[in-house]
Amino acid sequence: MVEFWVNVFLVALLVVITFYIIRLKTLIAIVALSGAYSLTAAAIFVNLDAVDVAFTEAAVGSGISTILFLAALRYLPLEEAHQTRYPRLSLSLCIIVGLMLIIAAFELPNFGDPNAPAHLHVAPRYIEESYPLFHIPNVVTNVLASYRGFDTLGEVVVVFTAGLGVITLLAGSTLSMRFVKIENDLDKTNKTSKEDA
Amino acid sequence: MRDNPVFKIVSKILFGPIIIYGLYVQFHGDYGPGGGFQAGVIVAAAYILYALIFGLERVRKIMPNLVIQYIMALGVLVFAGTGIASIAFGANYLDYSPFADKIYKAQHLGIIIVELGVGLTVFAVMLGLFYAFAGFKPKK
Amino acid sequence: MSVIYLILSNWNFIAVIMLMMAGLYIVISNQNFIKKLVGLSIFQSSVFIFYISLGKVSSGTAPILTGSPDTIYSNPLPHVLILTAIVVGVATNALGLALVVRINEAFNSIEEKTLLSLKIEDSRHAYEKDDSVK
Repeated sequence: MVEFWVNVFLVALLVVITFYIIRLKTLIAIVALSGAYSLTAAAIFVNLDAVDVAFTEAAVGSGISTILFLAALRYLPLEEAHQTRYPRLSLSLCIIVGLMLIIAAFELPNFGDPNAPAHLHVAPRYIEESYPLFHIPNVVTNVLASYRGFDTLGEVVVVFTAGLGVITLLAGSTLSMRFVKIENDLDKTNKTSKEDA
Repeated sequence: MRDNPVFKIVSKILFGPIIIYGLYVQFHGDYGPGGGFQAGVIVAAAYILYALIFGLERVRKIMPNLVIQYIMALGVLVFAGTGIASIAFGANYLDYSPFADKIYKAQHLGIIIVELGVGLTVFAVMLGLFYAFAGFKPKK
Repeated sequence: MSVIYLILSNWNFIAVIMLMMAGLYIVISNQNFIKKLVGLSIFQSSVFIFYISLGKVSSGTAPILTGSPDTIYSNPLPHVLILTAIVVGVATNALGLALVVRINEAFNSIEEKTLLSLKIEDSRHAYEKDDSVK
């Protein structure tokens, strides 16, 4: 029962934080609040028994992500300049879609229901079978690295590609500078050759 | 704020233990919460802390850009190469069973190698992202 | 009373949908690219919370095997999916941030309204090239 009320409180806290993110205009405050959002989400994950996910969210979401946003803000204007665009239209769109989704959500199995279809098929097999096969108690690691190794390989490649993309976008400036320089040199030589002619 | 001795001393004291904690998370991920993804981020966080206090140039001396890019590729190679190795042993791609005589030993070995690959890539990508953003020089 | 019970027993799903719509609202209506990225990450983590809520089994515990046969474990499968998705989400977010930094370098603005009124010739690089030719 305590778990349930803690969960209700933390999720409500998330909604409050999001409300303030919508209201605020100062970008540093928004970034700091999104860090707080990630930390609260990590607490929710601990409460919902997802310790590995909570660990990742606390390290990545509220640590690295906030630092990257702050590092990027060094080069950016710190205030939002313009008003929101079509606020009433987009708000009513979001409310309509949200109401439809909420009506659909009542058809979901109850929160924490042990007989929900999701818990009946694959997960019991992982939990029962993995210790005799692997002798490793952490089921998440088993599934991550062995049962679904392909999936993880794909995710690692995505992380690698995103890293490469950022490095080419930001650290590639020296290369583009070199190209500009080459173009300038070409222009100069063209001019001088024309003058010679 | 950078010249504050408290920050300097605390970050120097914390640098080693954070990395050791990251290695613990990496290799103890089979028995408790943890694994390659978290460990990579934690080790990267140690370097980022050092860079925040002592400046980017000093971290680049111990972990140059080129090394970071090689580690990024190395992690993916370790992961994909494990799959190739299991094909070479005559099993399916990423099937660890031929690596040892007993199946649980083989799975254990395979999981540790694969998690090492994940950890290397995530560490290098996170640190590379920080380098790219912190060392960016806009043209004015 | 039954309405309150209905809302409380589905509170996670309702709140997740509220967060999702808040993220969508930020992405649609705000002009600032950084705020749009924050909204995108809110949308993203609302989906994470939805998955983890679906994986919860009441009076269960974390899926780290204890050895005793009558322990109830939560569903480990959503945890695996979301664990990798979080790291990928941050990496792609960083890619978006890098694009925003480059846009600001080229056009000196990160507001959508200003950028839509510009043309390619307004880029700072284009100016530089023109100056060097002159």
